[in-house]
Amino acid sequence: MSEIPAELRYAASHEWAKNDDGVVTVGITEHAQDAMGDLVYVELPEVGQVVAAGDEAGVVESVKAASDIYAPVSGEVIEINESLEDEPELVNNAPYEGGWLFKIQMSEAGDLDNLLTADQYQAQIESE
Amino acid sequence: MGHRTALYDAHLAAGGKMVDFGGWDMPINYGSQIEEHHAVRQHAGVFDVSHMTVVDIAGAGARDFLRHLLANDVDRVTPGRALYSGMLNDSGGVIDDLIAYKRDNDYRLVVNCATRETDLDWMEKHAGGFAVDIRERADLAMLAIQGPQARSLVAGLLSGARAEAVNTLKVFGFAEDGDWMIARTGYTGEDGVEIMLPGADAVKLWEQLLDAGVAPIGLGARDTLRLEAGMNLYGNDMDESITPWEANMGWTLVLNDRDFVGRQPLLNQQQHGHGELVGLVLEGKGVLRAHQQVLLPNGEQGEITSGTFSPTLGKSIALARLPAGATGKVDVEIRNKRQPAQVVKPPFVRNGKAVYKEL
Repeated sequence: MSEIPAELRYAASHEWAKNDDGVVTVGITEHAQDAMGDLVYVELPEVGQVVAAGDEAGVVESVKAASDIYAPVSGEVIEINESLEDEPELVNNAPYEGGWLFKIQMSEAGDLDNLLTADQYQAQIESE
Repeated sequence: MGHRTALYDAHLAAGGKMVDFGGWDMPINYGSQIEEHHAVRQHAGVFDVSHMTVVDIAGAGARDFLRHLLANDVDRVTPGRALYSGMLNDSGGVIDDLIAYKRDNDYRLVVNCATRETDLDWMEKHAGGFAVDIRERADLAMLAIQGPQARSLVAGLLSGARAEAVNTLKVFGFAEDGDWMIARTGYTGEDGVEIMLPGADAVKLWEQLLDAGVAPIGLGARDTLRLEAGMNLYGNDMDESITPWEANMGWTLVLNDRDFVGRQPLLNQQQHGHGELVGLVLEGKGVLRAHQQVLLPNGEQGEITSGTFSPTLGKSIALARLPAGATGKVDVEIRNKRQPAQVVKPPFVRNGKAVYKEL
């Protein structure tokens, strides 16, 4: 059973979002990294890029396949996890910690309410 | 539920993540594909390849039949040796690639599982007029043990003629003892053996190998290993619309005076020119994947047939079908951006080391 921290919110496309006073850190879930297998390349958005919830904001590639990353909330990208350029495996090893992808200064606080709770996300992956 | 090999329960016990592969439930990995890849390059790994189709070809007409059926010539090798060949259609396209093992009086073929029915139908269709008996050996399991330590570890678990065979076989040589066939062949670019044996024996050998520190390897690492080794995957790098010339298999063609299926189209193509399968090493960002477009400086185009991230090189590599004579730098279109890549001559990796040459 993969880990789904209760304090985070989730997109149906398997990103997690953690809100700290309007700055939302984004990553992919334990379930997503496990399904993809060993990651070998991560393409992140540019700092300063403005995204809308649901926009493509990056790509993670495993040995098997490439998978798009979608912004779970709208706003401006203010920081990216530069360690991933050399160590994409951080996403596999610590998807909720060192393997975070980027941070968004959220422009629409209501976006968070459109995301799934841990229980709802759990139910989604069980039904997949 | 798909077909299961004799090792199905052993895969689950080893933590295998099972997927459907050509109708078989097979392990894609046992945790980390990259760690499995490195285990084979640096130590030893064991693959269950029992899903592959084993076909025995016997009878007084076996030699003549295979000299007609295959684009390589079984007369090229002596008994106890194996031969890689394409089996072609009337247009010279590759129906399958296979290994033919030449025994004293008959032959064994190992063909791909995804093409099993097409292959068997094609063999039956061409068997008319030959005194030949074609018999599938679904009773046999098959293990590949590959890596720099593979042969010494396997030999340590066996005795008598079997240990002797593992220790002394030459590359592409094989030996039989009872129901076992041991061949010094593989699909990884490392030293090692492939063993065809009864299912119950395979389960026992598998357990002994794991106890001896040999890592179980899934189909994921099998693909990255074969691609680093510059070996083709049927369905990706060639199919019925692609001839051996276009798939870097020209070395398997013996165009002597015998009349084999697909011969004339090969001669025509040899005269008129054809595309080539070459290697690419990505210098830009991303990962090369099958079907990405390759753009040459002169405006011509090609296509990637297999691409991946190479765990050994730490770079992305690919096989690509390009117009004849393509060399130097090309661009690959990845997500609507052009990324530079170098054309190379595969293999990329042999015996754990980078060996590719820039073209």
